[in-house]
Amino acid sequence: MAATQTHASLAVSSVDLPVVRIVSRRGWLALDMPELWAYRELLYFFVWRDIKIRYKQTVIGAAWAVLQPILTMLVFSLFFGKLAKIPSGGLPYPIFYYSALLPWMYFSTAMQNATNIVVEHQRVITKIYFPRVVLPISSVLPGLLDFVISFGVFIVMMAYYRIVPTRAVLWLPAFMLLAILTSLGVGLWLSALNALYRDVRYVVPFLVQFWMFASPVAYPSSLVPAKWRWLYGLNPMAGVIEGFRWSLTGHGQPPDILLVASSAAVLLLVFSGLVYYHAVEGTMADVV
Amino acid sequence: MNNFAIQVDSLGKRYRIGERARYRTIRDRLANILTSPARWLKSNASIPGTARIGPKHIWALRNVSFEMQEGEVVGLIGRNGAGKTTLLKILSRVTQPTEGTAEIRGRVGSLLEVGTGFHPELTGRENTYLNGAILGMGKREIERKFDNIVAFSEVGTFIDTPLKHYSTGMQMRLAFAVAAHFEPQILLVDEVLAVGDIAFQKKCLAKMGEVASAGRTIVFVTHQMNQIRRLCEKVIWVDGGTIRQIGPTAEVVGAYEAAMISGNTNEEVDRNVKARFLSWEIVEPRGESAHVLSSLEPVTVRISLRVNQPVKRGHHGIALFNTDRQLMWAWATDNLELEPGIHSFTYTFPMLPLRPGAYFWQASLWEDKELLEIWDFLPEMNIATQVHQHPRDEWNGILNMPCEFTVRESEEASVVTRTSF
Repeated sequence: MAATQTHASLAVSSVDLPVVRIVSRRGWLALDMPELWAYRELLYFFVWRDIKIRYKQTVIGAAWAVLQPILTMLVFSLFFGKLAKIPSGGLPYPIFYYSALLPWMYFSTAMQNATNIVVEHQRVITKIYFPRVVLPISSVLPGLLDFVISFGVFIVMMAYYRIVPTRAVLWLPAFMLLAILTSLGVGLWLSALNALYRDVRYVVPFLVQFWMFASPVAYPSSLVPAKWRWLYGLNPMAGVIEGFRWSLTGHGQPPDILLVASSAAVLLLVFSGLVYYHAVEGTMADVV
Repeated sequence: MNNFAIQVDSLGKRYRIGERARYRTIRDRLANILTSPARWLKSNASIPGTARIGPKHIWALRNVSFEMQEGEVVGLIGRNGAGKTTLLKILSRVTQPTEGTAEIRGRVGSLLEVGTGFHPELTGRENTYLNGAILGMGKREIERKFDNIVAFSEVGTFIDTPLKHYSTGMQMRLAFAVAAHFEPQILLVDEVLAVGDIAFQKKCLAKMGEVASAGRTIVFVTHQMNQIRRLCEKVIWVDGGTIRQIGPTAEVVGAYEAAMISGNTNEEVDRNVKARFLSWEIVEPRGESAHVLSSLEPVTVRISLRVNQPVKRGHHGIALFNTDRQLMWAWATDNLELEPGIHSFTYTFPMLPLRPGAYFWQASLWEDKELLEIWDFLPEMNIATQVHQHPRDEWNGILNMPCEFTVRESEEASVVTRTSF
């Protein structure tokens, strides 16, 4: 690919106005932190708009955030739990499944939002400049509200089953961060790919399904033989989901080689996503 | 100290021909790799940035250098495909240059992006904030300007109603109000007058005048030479992706018009567009000049068009405006099939009963929804017919035509006729 990248830097001139220098330059990372900071309000407005629109458009609005994981949890508890007798490590099935669905639902929604985000903003992209990386970032944030709401349900469930979290719960923010970064990494890839190839969006629902079965949502990761755990962990969601279960309930696998592999995989995913997004970003306004 | 607002140095932008059409789906791309792996490997082996410029690439802009001082109002003229829009897109950072540099001092805004990012489900208030943020305003800035924006937009109490309940006019007014309060140091205006109604266009022009008198810099793209003459002190003529002439308005516009009339345009660029209007003339009645009409008899106007690639399901529109840019008449034809070659479109009218003065024709050609060519006829048409109008100036209308007037006293009474021939 002969894509030439461009870099625009901000510098303050002798006159008090900032001078923007538009040059053809080859870069490789779609992350200019000072510029992103300057555009933080746009990021805020994109997230704010997505949340507003979603809660305005659907009749059940916020209830959807609660219903989706609850219904899935019920189905999983019945079929995978009661009928298939999947081991839950001593946890009640509803807790076992819901604690995994919390990060999983967040991830799968973010992934689907991210896929379309660039194409949806076609009109804006072809008319106005802003750091394009704002788009995939903004696509993984609105889901956090749904997450918080469905987390509220989880607290009620924990109280019902009289499960008291252990000190492991302090790890939870770290696992949440891992989930956000995984979504961002995947989002960077998918949004850029979908901008170039319009059939990507048809592949994504399958990808979501496939990915779920490759993650310990419906089963515990302890089913995976110990010597393959590092390989299994290369799916970052494996580390996230196991981490959620363990930190919320105190049961299951404490962080091990699987989490190390997942963390490494996330870093690679986000980094490569930023590189690829940047490669596509240069021609985004010309192709979307 | 150099007080430039825009400084452009050897700017160039290369596009791949048919970029939009290539590799639109992964399926096609995979099929491409599978069917011709050798070619794929070869195309991927080339070192980025040094790719050969084969016939698949086109320089939309090349070696463009100029400088604009703070407060200058500069017109950008040239035919379609000359590179005007590409230049504006680079200056607004929407697209990136392939080579060269451009430096811009201050905030850049454009009247083109009116209403970008509006969402029908959100209220006027919410859209104002969102649109403002997209344009580049901070939350505090929008809050500070909010009341003025609402007042300017005249949407009043509708500000808290979802946008989907707005009329098109109201949406446009709100969108323009937000854009108008952006207060950029540099304003890029791309063919404003191609969108919106007369009132909206007037508002745009008034805003531009205001921005200019506030000492800000404006780059103005239009096909309307009379607007360029009125608003700009300096003009850049872009032709075939390079600057053909740059200088005082009268000089450059004069040269441009002369070149357009004689058909002296960049041949290479002309071949890269699908179709190109070449010239026009009044075929009948034939007077001293082919562009002056001096009779109220039937009129035949002929436009020539060169088609480079076959046009299917073509749509052709034609419009006639007066100097106030008021629409006199327009017509459209669908389902044109045009083969490559020179075509002439001929229009015959029983008469053009317009009062004497200058008029502007505009013709367009579309294929499906894609605009292939839009052309403001050069030179303008002058109507120099005898005046058949009210003797008092304030009763002079748009039309100029003879009439027969009859008064009848009773059924068998004699008829009194007065004509104004």
